[in-house]
Amino acid sequence: MKKPGQTLKQKKLISERTNRLSPSGIRKFFDLLDSMEGVISLGVGEPDYATPWHISEAAVKSLEKGYTMYTSNSGIPELRQETARYLKEKYSIDYDPFGEILMTVGVSEALDLAMRAIINPGDEVIMPDPHYVAYDSCVILAGGEPVMVPTSQENNFEIAAEDIEARITDKTKAILIGYPANPTGAVMSRQKLLDIAGVARRHQLTVISDEIYARLTYGVEHTCFAGLPDVRENTILLGGFSKAYAMTGWRIGYAVAPKEIIAAMTKIHQYTIMSAPTMAQVAAIEALKTGEPDVVEMVEDYNRRRLIIVKGLGDIGLSCFEPHGAFYAFPSITCTGMTSEEFSEKLLMEEKVAVVPGSAFGQCGEGYVRCCYATSLAEIEEALMRMGRFVKKYRK
Amino acid sequence: MLKDILKILENDARTTSQQIATMTGTPVSEVNKIIEQAEKDRIILKYKTVINWDRLEDEQVWALIEVRVKPEPEVGFDSIAERIARFEQVRSLYLASGTYDLLVVVVDKSEHKVADFVSQNLAHIEGVQGTVTHFVLKRYKDDGEILNGAEGVKRQPVIL
Repeated sequence: MKKPGQTLKQKKLISERTNRLSPSGIRKFFDLLDSMEGVISLGVGEPDYATPWHISEAAVKSLEKGYTMYTSNSGIPELRQETARYLKEKYSIDYDPFGEILMTVGVSEALDLAMRAIINPGDEVIMPDPHYVAYDSCVILAGGEPVMVPTSQENNFEIAAEDIEARITDKTKAILIGYPANPTGAVMSRQKLLDIAGVARRHQLTVISDEIYARLTYGVEHTCFAGLPDVRENTILLGGFSKAYAMTGWRIGYAVAPKEIIAAMTKIHQYTIMSAPTMAQVAAIEALKTGEPDVVEMVEDYNRRRLIIVKGLGDIGLSCFEPHGAFYAFPSITCTGMTSEEFSEKLLMEEKVAVVPGSAFGQCGEGYVRCCYATSLAEIEEALMRMGRFVKKYRK
Repeated sequence: MLKDILKILENDARTTSQQIATMTGTPVSEVNKIIEQAEKDRIILKYKTVINWDRLEDEQVWALIEVRVKPEPEVGFDSIAERIARFEQVRSLYLASGTYDLLVVVVDKSEHKVADFVSQNLAHIEGVQGTVTHFVLKRYKDDGEILNGAEGVKRQPVIL
């Protein structure tokens, strides 16, 4: 029994692994943002569209019919079949819907499963810096060590095969890439992906390719990593519906990989998740069957806004490499002499524009901010105007 | 290019030539030229605003009037339709298949005025054989815009 004034010899309440995760430096902005009036947010990385109604309606109908139970662990067979068909049509890749495809709670879960399925304690996973915030965290949670490959604006934020190879040790297990990229909007050329495939093959590494933004490319073709020659055996492809079909809140995605890997991932999935949300799976079937025109229309619209924001950022003196994918612009803010966190905080307080500091995405993101342009044109214009005023004031 | 520009303007007529130029990667002068030509060709008819008048106190009555007509030799429905279209309270006019021929959308200040229009103007046009008037009780969606829907879903401030 604990006596008054005596503290228990503390076993630390929180696990070391969890404590290692970097506290999100941007949470405070978002908390602040919620309490402020008149803020224009370029912060949230999700479409500003509601899900196309016919997709939502399919889910509503399924609820009316009483489809409210678990599905098979792997997902509704029809959804897996539709996913296989879609991947074959889009990228000419062949995966068996019965054994090589797993429906997950967004790519987030798929990424977590992939890491836990392949990583042993101390295994290293190589990834680009900057990168999506969950990448290093997922590796750490799985007991692995993230290894960063710096990328830069000069190289269009593409990760180079030779830079990967230089960091390979006998502990290296996998390469984790995500293109089109969050936060930079970078896409990888086919040749550069081929080079990475070569490195992976030579060193027998698994490649996890997060292609959630695959459909959002502008003026360039997306190359599906799994569609490259001779990579099938050691590739885990992650994809989903959130960005292309404006379905972020549904939480539905998938992992595609050879049988052995999917079986391992499914094992974890069945103990931790059971099955992806049933109504979201029904909606995803509808999306794959009839959602193509919606995607095309939304991409056209993102592209118009992309061109406006990239030009606008240049006009106010923030140099910005042209992003060919996703819905982010990643301008350099070094001309203000501020760190990206200072810039973001000051910009929010003084001009009520929310952007995300690049440093949230890794050391190489320092000096940049992420601006999501999935918001109305009027808001983009207003945000650019306010940012222009801000930059003028602080330009060094 | 013309279609791209029209799509942008149809969605927001206030988009500036400068913005359209950036969005389409076309010089401003070229954009202006294309728009002027489209105006001349009567592809672009007018730049209007979608207004939800119901939010104001203004009394405004909408009616859908089905009209059965006897087509005239040679010109068919067109000359009758043109005559109906001239009335300024006629907002839209369509030739339709089915149990009636013309559908007239009328907007006026009162039911009384609509009734006057039907009995004194419409019914007297030669060839008009009968009309059925439906007063609109509530407008839900007009010109592709939902009138009294939620003001867009508010995005939650999520972390990435």
